[in-house]
Amino acid sequence: MKLHYEVPGDDLSLAGRASTEVKRALGRLGIDPVEIKRVAVAMYEAEINMVIHAGGGTAEADISPERVTVVLADHGPGIADLDLAMQEGYSTAPESVREMGFGAGMGLPNIKRNADDLHIDTALGLGTTVTIVIKLKTG
Amino acid sequence: MTVRDIVSTLEGVLLTGEELLDTDIKAACGADLMSDVMAFVKEGVVLLTGLLNPQAIRTADMMDIKVIVFVRGKKPPKDMVQEAQDNGIALIATKYSMFLACGRLYEAGLRSGGTRDIQ
Repeated sequence: MKLHYEVPGDDLSLAGRASTEVKRALGRLGIDPVEIKRVAVAMYEAEINMVIHAGGGTAEADISPERVTVVLADHGPGIADLDLAMQEGYSTAPESVREMGFGAGMGLPNIKRNADDLHIDTALGLGTTVTIVIKLKTG
Repeated sequence: MTVRDIVSTLEGVLLTGEELLDTDIKAACGADLMSDVMAFVKEGVVLLTGLLNPQAIRTADMMDIKVIVFVRGKKPPKDMVQEAQDNGIALIATKYSMFLACGRLYEAGLRSGGTRDIQ
């Protein structure tokens, strides 16, 4: 099953809708709640990142019995120093984002913690594609 | 501790989630940063927060958190209450600060919250 979403980049208060819908879809498929939570958290953090840093983009979830693959692609500024961005507490988000409860430098570490596989393809000035794979025991 | 106990301990107001009043709550997490909530939280948790925007509801939804307490007398707007209701999440407002609300719940027997090693 493939799900596709456009993630609007202008309103942080709307961010998370794609992740919510993927979570519901996984629930309907009867997938283990712990695995659903891993997908939901990783995708939600990535979706928030895309809205904060890149002006939105697209999100695609590919659900098979073995795994869930989520690909989030944007045409934002790219990540200048990926190693630094992966460190807990490092953030380039503006203060306005912190008032919304994000931007504390925990997003990418949270994605990594929940993903079985994480691939980040980024180029300055061109954009970033984040691929998250979560393996399903039930598969 | 049930959701009902939390409401009375915090002298709170239940804004939505009548059907969850008898739900058993085992632990608490007090945070305004939602990524921290997603990094630490386990099962059967009440989230205490001063963050009054829809991401608090969405974070709770992602983490299967069934109860949110808004501290410091903050009351969420109607659309947030509606989103919580649609997602089966109870909302409680309390006059107590984060510190006092956490302290009252701890004293009333809610002792679990989890720790995380210094990185």
